[in-house]
Amino acid sequence: MGSLFRSEEMSLAQLFLQSEAVYACVRELGELGKVQFRDLNPDVSAFQRKFVSEVRRCDEMERKLRFFAKEVKKSGLTLKPAPLDIRAPDPPVMIDLENEFEQLEAQVKDIESHREQLQKNLIDLVELKHVLLNAQVDFEHAERETNIQRHPTDNLQQGLIANGAESEEEVAAGKLSRVNLEFVTGTIGRERFPGFERVLWRATRGNVYVRHAAIPDAVRDPITGNQVFKDVFVLFFSGENLKNRVTKICEGYRATLYPCPENRQERRETLTSIDARIHDLNQVLHETYIHSQEQLGRIGNDLEIWNIQVKKIKAIYHTMNMFNLDVTAKCLIAEGWCPVESMDEIQDALNRGTDYSGASVQSILRPTETKLTAPTYNKTNKFTGGFQVIVDAYGIGNYQEVNPTPYTIITFPFLFAVMFGDAGHGLLMFLFAISLIIFEKRLANWKAGGEVCLITNFMVYPNNILYS
Amino acid sequence: MELTTLILALPSVTAFWLIIGIVLPASLLVLRGKYHAGIIQTMLVCTAICCYLFWLIAFLVQLNPLVGPVLKKEELEHIARQWNDAEIHLKS
Repeated sequence: MGSLFRSEEMSLAQLFLQSEAVYACVRELGELGKVQFRDLNPDVSAFQRKFVSEVRRCDEMERKLRFFAKEVKKSGLTLKPAPLDIRAPDPPVMIDLENEFEQLEAQVKDIESHREQLQKNLIDLVELKHVLLNAQVDFEHAERETNIQRHPTDNLQQGLIANGAESEEEVAAGKLSRVNLEFVTGTIGRERFPGFERVLWRATRGNVYVRHAAIPDAVRDPITGNQVFKDVFVLFFSGENLKNRVTKICEGYRATLYPCPENRQERRETLTSIDARIHDLNQVLHETYIHSQEQLGRIGNDLEIWNIQVKKIKAIYHTMNMFNLDVTAKCLIAEGWCPVESMDEIQDALNRGTDYSGASVQSILRPTETKLTAPTYNKTNKFTGGFQVIVDAYGIGNYQEVNPTPYTIITFPFLFAVMFGDAGHGLLMFLFAISLIIFEKRLANWKAGGEVCLITNFMVYPNNILYS
Repeated sequence: MELTTLILALPSVTAFWLIIGIVLPASLLVLRGKYHAGIIQTMLVCTAICCYLFWLIAFLVQLNPLVGPVLKKEELEHIARQWNDAEIHLKS
């Protein structure tokens, strides 16, 4: 029983592959998983290898796939897990995939930017609406306040009296137009407002009348995505100089200014039109949202499959980079270690690959004599695999050294049982193990190595036996 | 009665583990040639050796203990009274 207690016997084989057949053959060998290729170009840097452009294309595709994954996660959708038998596609299909990814990426980015733009517009409209709503109150206050002298050295405000029997609005309009009191309206973040007011007071020597009101609902800031509270303000001042100063201060404090009509009638009209626009914009945003969700849903369906395909393509090209190109014979030479008893399987895989690609000459597998030390290959099944991993954690044995794993299968759980086992513990472990065996298929999809669970299954019997 | 139980215990347990350790693997070899036979045989033999040894050592230690229970004098007399005035034998 050499192979049970020792590692497998390996031999170094040379493969001669025709250029057309290389991709398919490497794919078949990759699925088989029994050959470890040697790098025949160790002194060539990564950028000078033959298939470096293909590897770069795969990198690009992976980047796009990562972008998609991020978008899908951001929108709250889930990725469908891929089935277990995905193979790497042929090179023409790879080009198709590349184009598809590019298109999808452009579309996704498009929709995203469109949506951001729409949301920004929406926020602007909402702020304008609040400005208009507050304007009426502010104007009333303004015209009342202008009767009171606020600053002794300010002569401009002196001549603002004359309470006539006119209607309120005409009075306001008349007063404002008589004194040429200009105003600006806008919004500013709530926490900035006190500083803003103070600077205005200082810069204009108190010649600016400020009124502000808080906007009750928070507004979503498009840049940071947070909810911020804003205030609406109206500034009254007279004169070109003050106007410039005020505008500059507003810019400095990053307040957004909105034009507001003086006339109450105009304001009402603007308000209704704004309401209509907000309503439309909400509709459009909703439609865009649905559209993007659909698209991301479709992407999420295929994303995992694409991931695996791209990874396999990349692996194939990495492997092909290790081959030696024999220019004269128009074939690629590869060297790899393979177990002696799998030679037939490997030959079959090569034949399958060559047939698939339709090359004329069969690939050749030729064992060679060598003085190099072969890698250690321990053949394991599902059950022994877990224990082999534990033993390998202490260090992988040399080629054809005695493999302690068969004994470890028993002694490892036995020692644990001796340490703290009892019948109750054993019973619980036994039940846990049985459940793992029953649900093995479902658990096999765990990314966290479900096969190790199978191992703990059998760590049970010694516990059961030890009822001391 | 206790003695017979004791005397019966040793051969029966030994026989049990002998069956598991020798008979079963041999039959596996004969019956199903290649189907994981090697691993299962190794596992059976290993289990048999480990568990039998474990049991055997515990059993033999209890047959010929190195130290007996350490009791105070009052506890000893109390137990003797409980067990129908048994006699106290002190081994040094």
